[in-house]
Amino acid sequence: MEKILQVKDLELSFHTFAGEVKAIRGVSFDLNKGETLAIVGESGSGKSVTTKSIMRLLPESSSEFKNGEILFNGNDLTKLSDSQMQKIRGKEISMIFQDPMTSLNPTMPIGKQVMEPILKHQKVSKAKAKEVCVDLLRMVGIPNPETRIKMYPHQFSGGQRQRIVIAIALACNPKILIADEPTTALDVTIQAQILELMKDIQKKVDTSIIFITHDLGVVANVADRVAVMYGGRIVEVGTVDEIFYNPQHPYTWGLLSSMPSMDLAEEKLYAIPGTPPDLLNPPVGDAFALRSEYALQIDMEQAPPMFKVSDTHYAATWLLHPNAPQVDPPKTIIERMKTFRGSRYYEQATGGDA
Amino acid sequence: MMAEKLLEVKNLKQYFNAGKPSEVRAIDNISFDIYRGETFGLVGESGCGKSTTGRTIIRLYDATDGEVLYDGVSVHAKKSKSEVKALNRKMQMIFQDPYASLNPRMKVLDIIAEGLDVHGLAKNPKERKQKVVELLETVGLNKEHADRYPHEFSGGQRQRIGIARALAVNPEFIIADEPISALDVSIQAQVVNLLKDLQKEKGLTYLFIAHDLSMVKYISDRIGVMYFGKLVEMAPADVLYKNPLHPYTKSLLSAIPLPDPIYERSRVRKPYNPKQHNYGPDEKVEFREVTPGHFVLCSEKEFKEMKVQANN
Repeated sequence: MEKILQVKDLELSFHTFAGEVKAIRGVSFDLNKGETLAIVGESGSGKSVTTKSIMRLLPESSSEFKNGEILFNGNDLTKLSDSQMQKIRGKEISMIFQDPMTSLNPTMPIGKQVMEPILKHQKVSKAKAKEVCVDLLRMVGIPNPETRIKMYPHQFSGGQRQRIVIAIALACNPKILIADEPTTALDVTIQAQILELMKDIQKKVDTSIIFITHDLGVVANVADRVAVMYGGRIVEVGTVDEIFYNPQHPYTWGLLSSMPSMDLAEEKLYAIPGTPPDLLNPPVGDAFALRSEYALQIDMEQAPPMFKVSDTHYAATWLLHPNAPQVDPPKTIIERMKTFRGSRYYEQATGGDA
Repeated sequence: MMAEKLLEVKNLKQYFNAGKPSEVRAIDNISFDIYRGETFGLVGESGCGKSTTGRTIIRLYDATDGEVLYDGVSVHAKKSKSEVKALNRKMQMIFQDPYASLNPRMKVLDIIAEGLDVHGLAKNPKERKQKVVELLETVGLNKEHADRYPHEFSGGQRQRIGIARALAVNPEFIIADEPISALDVSIQAQVVNLLKDLQKEKGLTYLFIAHDLSMVKYISDRIGVMYFGKLVEMAPADVLYKNPLHPYTKSLLSAIPLPDPIYERSRVRKPYNPKQHNYGPDEKVEFREVTPGHFVLCSEKEFKEMKVQANN
């Protein structure tokens, strides 16, 4: 598989009045061509900061790359100048933001906003750009695009606005599309439409997507691979099936257990106790240890490395160390593992399609 | 079961800009009851009128028409100040956005104690403080938090403060308007568990408004589904999920993504178009009881079909 983007040992800090906030503390991942990688985690886990650093959208006055590189097309994005970066942003890598109400310019007709990246990055006439713009809007499902390009964002519904934002992001056929919680502000029915649209478009234009969200239902729907972030690090990464049916990190267990399931009538919902770590003073060792009932002594002293579970599945937890005691994950997780070939709880399906 | 009706909503209408060309029928003739001690979930898309319903019930809006009876007393009837106050003590509200619903210039102590002050529930400053500390502990915070300002708290903690404020006056009935939609998944579970525990402890009744259907199912005893100002279906939570009858409810349920990749690969979303009903001009579209406790907005013809469907 062709790697289109490689993030290696990325470390990034913000300088604030209170001190240095270590927002990303050593993040590494690859993005393959044509795949959708979902990054999940709580607010403050560093998922948005990671993608904003790929786009170099963080204020240079207060943020600082401490270490690592972001390789795209043989270039390290952390070292490019602003003008070099402008040639990539919106053309090679583009972004869809969370809130379609604020990411469009309210004083500019939407046609003009969709045409902007086309005119900026491609040597085409205005008339041609307008044609492309109408086609794009039609592709994302805006009815009567010829007349509607003259309208302003407030004349569209939330779902339509997000469609327009997607059209802008796709205007130059980017190699990478970063979607930062693109459906969080939308209703379930509209969310379903937008997710279907994104999957459709991905098939048509063959772009890679980095999808940030905290909704695990959405992840199960769109992702090929999943990276789970906690406290500025990736704690587990694997294919979508590996993460949902054979999770290894206690934090992933906690996340999956705290989702109410539609068919089981649970008495009490599992809630991860405590609050996310303060990255002004990041804890030594495993950042999740303080909230985890599975924490070992060593978790308090030393950060766990990435242990290999399979060729595609890695998790940073000492529980995977050969010397670690074997623990049983929560009940709901064992139920999930029973369906996964290769997990130690795997049960051959009885009857049916065994 | 002889459940006691705590709240009766009868033919409630809430029109904004009534009579003008810009008239919006936010609530268009809805009726439902909430029984003492239960959680009634109200779901629907944004703009369907679910929040307006909550706000009209607590008299943040004056109803255009219809009645809301709380314990047999009309909420919207003309009242003396003391009558309004008495009602407000029984009914409290938790708001959606924990960032916007707490006054940034007030200390947590004063935010929570505001209700105590209004209703004169604390005799002296010492008792006032003590009551606030008790409330903070009830919601899982501690007494050091009383002297801080809202910006010093995380979203989940702020929502706990919002809950403590609602509990301060010992209400019977709490309207929770999307109390968890602004929170992270792991924190959502904490807040939902807290609400459930409090209900058990204090015998509270909830109206839980949300668009996250999986959480609503988890917390509610009965659920009402709203669409464009109308209640289209109402049933016990498990019945609604297992056997939805109105096409809009089916569509809504089919749109929820579940944390289960194998299921997700085969999930088919059912679209809904209000035109699909094809109601004739003289067909009467009413709220009808298909099976005991399961109401659907439908025509006579649909009603017969649904009866067959429900019994299979």
